[in-house]
Amino acid sequence: MNAETASLAVAASHPLAEPDSAPLLVMRGLVIETSGPGRPQRIVDGIDLELHAGEVLGLIGESGAGKSTIGLAALGYVRPGCRFAGGSVLFDGQDLLTLPPERCRALRGTRIAYVAQSATASFNPAHRLIDQVVETATRQAGMGRRQAEQDARELFARLALPDPDHIGERFPHELSGGQLQRVMIAMAMICRPDLIVFDEPTTALDVTTQVEILASIRNVVEAFGTAAIYITHDLAVVTQLAHRITVLRHGRIVEEAPTRAMLAAPRESYTRSLWAVRRIRKAPEPDHAAPLLELDGISASYGSVPVLRDVSLTVRTGGTVALVGESGSGKSTLARVVAGLLPPTAGQVLLQGRRLPKALQDRSRDQLRRVQLIHQSPDAALNPRQSIREAIGRPLQLHHGLRGAAREARLRELMALVELKPELLDRLPNALSGGQKQRVCIARALAAGPELLICDEVTSALDQVVQAGILAMLQRLQKELGLSCLFITHDIATVRAIADEVVVMRQGAVVESGARDKVLETPSDDYTRLLLSCVPDVDPDWLTKLLQQRADAREIDDAG
Amino acid sequence: MHGVLAMITQRIALGIATLFVISLLVFLAVDMLPGDPAEAILGQSATPASVAALRQELGLNKPLVVRYADWTAGLLRGDFGRSLANDRPIAELIAPRLGATLSLAALAATIALPLGVLLGILSSVHRDRALDRVASTASLLAISFPEFFTAYMLVACFSVGLGWLPAISLSSQGGIVETLTMLALPALTLSLAVIGYVLRMTRAAIMGVMASPYVEMARLKGVGPWGVVVRHALPNALSPIINVVIINLAYLVVGVVVIEVVFVYPGLGQLLVDSVAKRDIPVVQACCMLFAGTYIGLNLLADILALLANPRLRRPRQREARA
Repeated sequence: MNAETASLAVAASHPLAEPDSAPLLVMRGLVIETSGPGRPQRIVDGIDLELHAGEVLGLIGESGAGKSTIGLAALGYVRPGCRFAGGSVLFDGQDLLTLPPERCRALRGTRIAYVAQSATASFNPAHRLIDQVVETATRQAGMGRRQAEQDARELFARLALPDPDHIGERFPHELSGGQLQRVMIAMAMICRPDLIVFDEPTTALDVTTQVEILASIRNVVEAFGTAAIYITHDLAVVTQLAHRITVLRHGRIVEEAPTRAMLAAPRESYTRSLWAVRRIRKAPEPDHAAPLLELDGISASYGSVPVLRDVSLTVRTGGTVALVGESGSGKSTLARVVAGLLPPTAGQVLLQGRRLPKALQDRSRDQLRRVQLIHQSPDAALNPRQSIREAIGRPLQLHHGLRGAAREARLRELMALVELKPELLDRLPNALSGGQKQRVCIARALAAGPELLICDEVTSALDQVVQAGILAMLQRLQKELGLSCLFITHDIATVRAIADEVVVMRQGAVVESGARDKVLETPSDDYTRLLLSCVPDVDPDWLTKLLQQRADAREIDDAG
Repeated sequence: MHGVLAMITQRIALGIATLFVISLLVFLAVDMLPGDPAEAILGQSATPASVAALRQELGLNKPLVVRYADWTAGLLRGDFGRSLANDRPIAELIAPRLGATLSLAALAATIALPLGVLLGILSSVHRDRALDRVASTASLLAISFPEFFTAYMLVACFSVGLGWLPAISLSSQGGIVETLTMLALPALTLSLAVIGYVLRMTRAAIMGVMASPYVEMARLKGVGPWGVVVRHALPNALSPIINVVIINLAYLVVGVVVIEVVFVYPGLGQLLVDSVAKRDIPVVQACCMLFAGTYIGLNLLADILALLANPRLRRPRQREARA
């Protein structure tokens, strides 16, 4: 932690670049279309961008806005199934779209580098990390192997990776996601490129890890004067790094402005809606309602590996308990225990004071009906070959014996309840957007007529605007139907929006629990405080202040 | 590392168990064949007395269990028993045949396997271009034609038409050139089909990983088309490729019966066919066990190689965290 924070302190300054020379990257009227069978669809529709040396540009927008496609176009690359249909991408005066492929390729990795969203998936599992990190340097830039490895180790140290001299000898599967993301930044930096495209580099990470990666990125980008395009859907994240922000929607630019100017006075209503989730705030429920779900001393394990240790919590009728913690803290495992998918090794699950059998197969159909689980990824949770009608209709028939016209009427009611048009009933899941699919999953859970909903990161895969819609809808449903909810999330903004009570988990145990405002405003546990301090604010100085605070705290520690 | 060792030991134990089950099936199946070996051997001259005497001599009157135990005990000692047809030890009968089959298989494998993998890689690099299309069509043709058809086409072309190569491959004590000339046509016939399979599987396996994010990452690092396929895709496609290579190797040893008959090649397949016709039960059993053993042994090898090619299995994480 010490080496890490020493390097973070370097990054604490955050000067804005003064554009003085010719721009490094210029996109003019860029159009990218699908090239598959059928009518071409425009993914990127006439984009104009400029980026100067040493400048960081934030690209923000919901999924499907064309952010990644534009980022990749900065390397002269389109994904299979798409093609450049117009415009130009000038890098250092050369148009990447008309350059011979070999010359374009020679720029990649050496002068323009890319950092992908999922480091876990983007490292080749068959090769040691060091070989992948130095590949471009030795094969394209003509650097000696020994020198390249030496340089890689220095970058590892600068990026605060543990054991920088030997970590390169490991294979990708032997590192955590956050560590891999830092190795990937080292890989991008190895040739000291003029431009790096960061494509959602922290989206898959926990907030505590995210802070460290953000600091690492700022550190190296400033130290080497690298220009960057930073792609994200999280406004708070992008404000920490970007000098300028461009808001995208449907492949077009909505608004572009220097970071502080945009935060102070966003011109477009769409830009303002990016704050959407942060504005929802649930009014606290009175906490005298009777308990619906009680967990008493739950322990569970996968094989011989214990994952839950003595977890107790209570969900009151009509109330929402938010379960927060990093990945690996056992949140989802707890959901599996409640749902009966993983029988606990100790403790009991009580529903309205009555004991629920541990294993799924021992629960009665009525017990199954009363507890419904909604998963994180609606893509994986819906059978791609079942129409929406089948997906929602099945529990209606199973639990309520509804058929024919009665079933049809109820189906339409449920669709209205989740704010979807009844025409969608005959579609297959792949014809729906991510947000619509999650609404279908919620309707399917409601079809059973549950008393308790377990929502496992139900909004994590969705972008902010869609998230806000789903959260608002869940609150309305909860009020109308008197549902209780166990809401698992790692996002504190979501907790603020929906929870009455908060339970913080770490390494399979509860570290703190209580009323939402008490836990969030006056946390008593160190880990809760750390977790909360890592949640970025929409404030360009937030990261700088946080790092300064941490540095100060360490000095006091060192002095004392 | 001990985890891999344990896995390999487990695979070997499983292989042995499979071989045991197969020995049981082979023995029972052959035993259940209609007709009596003693009657078959004696043929026209069979009298009830002579049949009874021969049955006694062959041990056919002993209970099934005892005969099976005797047989397996012999197998474990490397003793396959004696042929019913000519009373020679079966090991003596099989050895030259096995040698002939293995040399044909070895020649075909030397041509076909490297060529198949190489063409598969070439096809992947030149995806959807002329070379890939031609290779794809040609390999489909090679697979689709029955072997005997391919064999006769080659004979018509190279033996009858051009007169370069012999149409039959009767074993003779010749030099290396003579042997190769003799083996050329059967080896070529086998190679064509094997090249086709290996090419298609190699291409499919590489294509399967070409869509993964780490291949895209390699492209974005400026790696060229060859580097992308050979350094980044191929190592992750190894395990299906190893599998198809080994299964084809097994096919070259085990599945050559038709080719041996077409070219009158004195291999193990020919011996099996002859022995079935003569009701030479012990020889049939011995051939079946040899084929099964080869198949299981090679598949075991494929499993172990695939295991060693995967760093995630070779070096498992200390503790798998799940949530």
